[in-house]
Amino acid sequence: MSTPEVGVPRKGGFNFDLCRRNEMLFSKGIKPPSFLKTGTTIVGLVFKDGVVLGADTRATEGPIVADKNCEKIHYMAPNIYCCGAGTAADTEAVTDMISSQLQMHRYATGRESRVVTSLTLLKSHLFSYQGHVSAALVLGGVDVTGPHLHTIYPHGSTDTLPYATMGSGSLAAMAVFESKYKEGLTREEGIELVAEAICSGIFNDLGSGSNVDVCVITKGKTEYLRSHQLPNPRTYVSSKGYTFSKGLTEVLSTKITPLKQKQADTVPEGGDFMEE
Amino acid sequence: MSIFEYNGSAVVAMVGKNCFAIASDRRLGVNLQTIATDFQRIHKIHPKLYIGLSGLATDVQTLSQKLAFRHKLYVLREERDMRPETFASLVSALLYEKRFGPYLCMPVIAGLGDDNVPFICTMDCLGAKELAKDFVVSGTASESLYGACESMFKADMEPDELFETISQALLASVDRDCLSGWGGHVLLVTPTEVHEKTLKGRMD
Repeated sequence: MSTPEVGVPRKGGFNFDLCRRNEMLFSKGIKPPSFLKTGTTIVGLVFKDGVVLGADTRATEGPIVADKNCEKIHYMAPNIYCCGAGTAADTEAVTDMISSQLQMHRYATGRESRVVTSLTLLKSHLFSYQGHVSAALVLGGVDVTGPHLHTIYPHGSTDTLPYATMGSGSLAAMAVFESKYKEGLTREEGIELVAEAICSGIFNDLGSGSNVDVCVITKGKTEYLRSHQLPNPRTYVSSKGYTFSKGLTEVLSTKITPLKQKQADTVPEGGDFMEE
Repeated sequence: MSIFEYNGSAVVAMVGKNCFAIASDRRLGVNLQTIATDFQRIHKIHPKLYIGLSGLATDVQTLSQKLAFRHKLYVLREERDMRPETFASLVSALLYEKRFGPYLCMPVIAGLGDDNVPFICTMDCLGAKELAKDFVVSGTASESLYGACESMFKADMEPDELFETISQALLASVDRDCLSGWGGHVLLVTPTEVHEKTLKGRMD
């Protein structure tokens, strides 16, 4: 088709239509909006036969806790996961986009994705946006060349490390790693150390909070332990709660529309011959 | 002043037992001056799926029209209505496309999925999805709505009780926000019926 469909977005890429209008609004003294951030603690470490990733579950919008139990460990490939810190929309979009590119690459090659492939795809995307796509990532996975752990900064630089932390709670978490990490940890020791590092972030960094999510990746096996620890349960739940009597709220008008029920597929009379 | 405070808004959605409710205030203002008291922030996508948009009213209307259009194209191609999860991804993609010049509004999506499982979700203006099992809030009254919902919400409410709870939470919250209020608009969706109600609220 020669003419593009009206209103349907072009194939990929950002759209800058509203930039000039928004710039005009902001120049008149109206403050630009705040975005959902993951003021986060995310960590990862390499143990004897794989990689452990960890994250807290708090999402913030300014000083408000917007989500008490969000997911920060994103799927990249069956053998690769990625923790995200920074602007929530960016970490979500960038990991989703690269994970679909990896899937396409697997269809084309018929081989397991490598961690370096996703690392290169992520860093080249981030570098091309010069830090404006603000995603700070901890990428971990096990491929044919063994376990790998990387950190990726919003400007596109990367590190390859045996243990890594990112986000606003990175210092608190790194303090734990620096004092307790050693080579050749077992699986259980690895999970325990990651959980301890995340807890350090949860309790010492105000941008991080709630629960501990963990992901363990070993050769041929990935375990996503959502809510591995719940160190901050709700304590202020009323046993009865508020009850409002029916008709308490003053209503001005009511419109009730019945919904059409989905019609079951009609079976022809005499039944289906193939049905036995 | 933040851009979200220009028109003022309050949107909230809650989940009940096999049902959900979505509610908003009805004020359209320009800063502290009220322009209209019957503004629609909740838009129907199909009878079991609604989107409430808080924030800048001009973008609220543009976005709701774009979404209605995209849903119609989907229905023509697929010959079925969109699932709430699919629709949330569509909204998210539409918002993230404008990452560097965003629509200045924040959506609240509520719908009944297959087998009448309720789905609610909210996003920031860049399309970062925030899924919740209980309630979601958005708008200038969001802080007071968080407080009201946090204490008033109970799991597995029946439709009647859900309506009272969401209405009381909304009315209590907008009374603590200058920029929203002037009555409320509540949609209560059960597997068999849609109840559309307008609430009486303070007019100051």
